[in-house]
Amino acid sequence: MNVPGELRYTLSHEWVRMNDDGTITVGITDHAQEQLGDLVFVETPEIDAVVESEAAIAVVESVKAASDIYAPIAGTIIDANAALGEEPELVNSAPYEGGWLFSMQPSDGKDFDQLLDAESYQAVVSSEE
Amino acid sequence: MTARTPLYECHLEAGGKIVDFSGWQLPIHYGSLIDEHHAVRQSAGVFDVSHMTIVDIAGPDSLKFLRLLLANDPATLKPGCALYTCMLNQQGGVIDDLIVYWCGPDNYRLIVNAATRENDLQWMAEHSAGFDLTLAEQPQLAMIAVQGPDAIAISRAHMPAEVATAAGELQRFQACQIGDWFVARTGYTGEDGYEIALGAKEAVGLWRDLLQAGVAACGLGARDTLRLEAGMNLYGHDMDESETPLTSGLGWTVAWQPDDRQFIGRDALEAQRSDGVAKELIGLVLEDKGVLREGQVLFDADREVGVITSGTFSPTLQKSIAFARVEAGAGAALQVQIRTRRLPVTRTSRVFVRNGKSLLSSS
Repeated sequence: MNVPGELRYTLSHEWVRMNDDGTITVGITDHAQEQLGDLVFVETPEIDAVVESEAAIAVVESVKAASDIYAPIAGTIIDANAALGEEPELVNSAPYEGGWLFSMQPSDGKDFDQLLDAESYQAVVSSEE
Repeated sequence: MTARTPLYECHLEAGGKIVDFSGWQLPIHYGSLIDEHHAVRQSAGVFDVSHMTIVDIAGPDSLKFLRLLLANDPATLKPGCALYTCMLNQQGGVIDDLIVYWCGPDNYRLIVNAATRENDLQWMAEHSAGFDLTLAEQPQLAMIAVQGPDAIAISRAHMPAEVATAAGELQRFQACQIGDWFVARTGYTGEDGYEIALGAKEAVGLWRDLLQAGVAACGLGARDTLRLEAGMNLYGHDMDESETPLTSGLGWTVAWQPDDRQFIGRDALEAQRSDGVAKELIGLVLEDKGVLREGQVLFDADREVGVITSGTFSPTLQKSIAFARVEAGAGAALQVQIRTRRLPVTRTSRVFVRNGKSLLSSS
């Protein structure tokens, strides 16, 4: 299982990258995509939507099941990965790169620091197994 | 209870992701459900179906009993043939769907669902009182399904010579018993192939030989997408004791003739037929992106008219398909509620794919 050290994580298996301009990019972890299996549909959030932390704002669907994706912190949606409309399997093949889901302008940049670091997330996954 | 089939170690070796299925530890997939699905449509896949319940019925009253027990008529069975049927309660509700195989004079084999095993066995035992016959479950047998356009050729190459010869002579929906091998040309995928019941040790050997020969190990996930594309019902989802064959797209399996055969549930079905059947099971295709799922509600304009009983993404058609139970009078233009949105769905036949080909007229 791949857990990049430079990213932050949530208990609900999203990863979060802090970009140079203060925005964040969000996706699901390698562990999450493996648990879900082959993805066939991704519903990304509306751009400009203002969302609370932990709000269900996107959905990823595998052949077998639909799973909600939560906003890791409060903010405004500024972009969504349009490529997933035609290629939802990017989430399986490149969860931290081409399979990103959406990006946000955080309401408060300090919220990012409250997220799990790689080591803590790794421990969460290990305890689930 | 969680039980393991004789092939459990084989699943771990093949990288199977194990889940609990009706009390059995079985693989949901071995890495990619979609790859497994395509393997069955394009070449061959193998499934462990040892969890299914095999019941052998023997004795002079076997046929008389089965003609009471089953809604289809086993008296129509020719030697060596198989019949798909429902087993009903007195209200016409479906206790289970099953296949009955003719195995010899006064000798039949029933293969029923694992999830309904205890209920089925109890029902059969209760209603067989007074009949001169024996009911014998065969829990020692493993069962393997090999399905796909190449399934017959590949699996025959790995059978004992005498079994391979007999299997090669089977027509669709026929079966043979050679020594410890029971080979049926039946399946749950819409492709040609065999379902093979055999001893645990032989099953492990056959499984390994088939994987060695390039047959894809397939899990429960692909089994579900394949059967849905093929228009085959799943017990507990598309029908149960609260629905009859007539409201479940299974009217064709009810043998009304001869008029005087009093099978269990007949009176209730006749009453339903003469009153008019209020609901039907239909096929649906979603042209938009998204996935139809069991439990999603259907609307005709603003009126709720039904519910999806099985839904999935179809790997063959690359769009979502479903079965739904709707009011008999529902219109042609229906919408499905998916989360906050209502999307149009197209009504279709319930058979979406057969022998690797799409049966949708327009797409």
